[in-house]
Amino acid sequence: MTVRTEELVLNVGPQHPSTHGVLRLILHLDGEVITRAEPVIGYLHRGTEKLAESLNYTQIIPYTDRMDYVSAMTNNYVLCHTVETAMGIQVPERAEYIRVICMELQRIASHLVWWGTFLLDLGALSPFLYAFKDRETILDFFNELTGARMTYNYMRVGGVKWDVPDGWIEKLKDFVQYMKKRVNEYEALVSGNEIFLHRVRGIGVIDAKTALEYGLSGPALRSAGIKWDLRRDEPYSIYDRFDFDIPVGKNGDCLDRYQIRIEEIRQSLRILEQALAQFPPDGDIMGKVPRVIRPPEGELYVRIESPRGEIGCHLVSKGKQEPYRLKFRRPSFWNLQILPKLLVGQPMSNLIAILGAVDIILGEVDG
Amino acid sequence: MTRFMEQPLGWGNFLVFAASAVALLAVVLFAVVYLIYFERKFIGWMQYRVGPNRVGPFGLLQTVADVAKLLLKEDIIPKRADRDLYILAPVLAYFPSFTVLAVIPYSEEIYFTNLNAGVLYYIAVSGLTIIGVVIAGWASNNSYSLLGAMRSGAQMISYEIPLVMSILGTVLISGSMNIRTIVLEQDGWFWNWNIFPQFIGFLVFVVAAVAELARTPFDLPEAENELVAGYHVEYTGFRFAFFMLTEYVYMIAMSGLATAIFLGGWHAPAPFLDFIPGLVWFLIKWAFCVFFLYWVRATMPRVRIDQLMTFGWKYLIPLSLVNIFLTAIFMEIVR
Repeated sequence: MTVRTEELVLNVGPQHPSTHGVLRLILHLDGEVITRAEPVIGYLHRGTEKLAESLNYTQIIPYTDRMDYVSAMTNNYVLCHTVETAMGIQVPERAEYIRVICMELQRIASHLVWWGTFLLDLGALSPFLYAFKDRETILDFFNELTGARMTYNYMRVGGVKWDVPDGWIEKLKDFVQYMKKRVNEYEALVSGNEIFLHRVRGIGVIDAKTALEYGLSGPALRSAGIKWDLRRDEPYSIYDRFDFDIPVGKNGDCLDRYQIRIEEIRQSLRILEQALAQFPPDGDIMGKVPRVIRPPEGELYVRIESPRGEIGCHLVSKGKQEPYRLKFRRPSFWNLQILPKLLVGQPMSNLIAILGAVDIILGEVDG
Repeated sequence: MTRFMEQPLGWGNFLVFAASAVALLAVVLFAVVYLIYFERKFIGWMQYRVGPNRVGPFGLLQTVADVAKLLLKEDIIPKRADRDLYILAPVLAYFPSFTVLAVIPYSEEIYFTNLNAGVLYYIAVSGLTIIGVVIAGWASNNSYSLLGAMRSGAQMISYEIPLVMSILGTVLISGSMNIRTIVLEQDGWFWNWNIFPQFIGFLVFVVAAVAELARTPFDLPEAENELVAGYHVEYTGFRFAFFMLTEYVYMIAMSGLATAIFLGGWHAPAPFLDFIPGLVWFLIKWAFCVFFLYWVRATMPRVRIDQLMTFGWKYLIPLSLVNIFLTAIFMEIVR
């Protein structure tokens, strides 16, 4: 007897607990095995790049906050850094230190969000709340510094908006020590769990060649064994003054991506420790910036390492107050491209692990 | 109870039975309300939260409010659902969960039937729930609920086998399938409890029971993050409440079964503690079992469906078979 079977089309999202916002996936399932996956994106498209063409550079900064809203500081930075590079503005040392401290804190916060939600997707409830508790502390630091918790609008072309409040640096030093212990606790809770290992080991394997072909960056690229981190390979700001390691994976699976991110939290803490120790006791927080910011005519591409990978800013200036064209290379968008390839032949449950390990922020994917 | 059991069935004791069944239903409903409350509280504490604390003192009325909300909600039946089956499914799922409570001896005096094939009855009746679940998944006419129902079906059928087999060891020791007799055999000090001679059986039982209950780490049928809610994704209002109720009543029943079969039921851990009533001991052990389920839920991630199947068929079933075999040899030598 033959049984007539049908392909099951499953629409995952845009409102689904594990698509982290508004990603939509159209899955073709054979039983529970995915035969084809089509991501549908654009539900959160706000036209940041088009809007930027009619705004001056300071006005664009809040828009960058809203692209990758989990890592707003790095987005702030990439725009300011691009304009500074174009105009040759010198940023005071104190401002650079504040920026690096903010960006590394942000990296930790971002990785904590990822850690919590990834494990929540895998069915573990508690890590999510532990991670958010510590992230909350980081957000409190930002709140004190910038007056905002997620969309800071903090960096400016030539420096930063506010100086650090009294005692902020000392409190942060304590937090770094506390966080070091917490990371170990997190690892003790999750990293050795047999069920967890079974869910992520050997899942969603990316080899080095594919990773490069798809233009992956960040932990996804490093999990494939390619040691590439812009903080080390093309040092911007003052990253060349710090001593830190770049964790790389061997197998390119979800477990590697997990371990890399956990290790990156540790490395960020190391950078923070050094930056806090070297922090200049006084100095300016704004460099000499002309009253009207007009980058000279020309094109420029500047890239930095965001928690999700290479975030780039391509500026085309006609020498006006507004950019002629401003294009962001948004790492989540690039990292998401490989998803349909990774999903084919996987059971439905692995979708969650693979998608989770990519670490996408839909605000960034949709621009 | 014993006194009424031994009498021939007449109107008088029929009324007694009916009244005690209603009383049990009331107790169970009350228990479920506070199981949910304590689950939320305990897990809250484990996660640096306070848990529900707004409705009533210490949030004690939170679940009551939740139930009231569910009852007052609009009842939605999807247009393309199979209407009759859709309505029938929650009832089909619920009634076996309540029926299994009959065979669990709560203390030496309080039990509802002294069935000779009690173990068999429990397994057979609890197996009926899956029909309700699969019907619910199919009748909703939704891809997610269908996937959830298929997973439930596969999981419950696979894990019933090791569940039965793990109990068989204790049946061999006590020579009876009557749960009351099994408890009576565990008299005396706590090392007479079946958990010690039947440790392998107990381990298999715990894993299989958690899987039967579809609790974390085996909560694949619901798999919130994959299947949204699994088989009951389309259900709203009191029909959804029935599925929830089923789940929690099974938790009560399964913890009761574990207490009776492996943890010595109403017996005190030491004979000199006998002055404390059996029901209290039963409740303490039962509460521990329930707490264990909460604890696991707050700690573990979820397994994958194929890993679940592999684990059930390749490890648990052989392990439980070995356990039966060893027990049988041991009993043959000892007797």
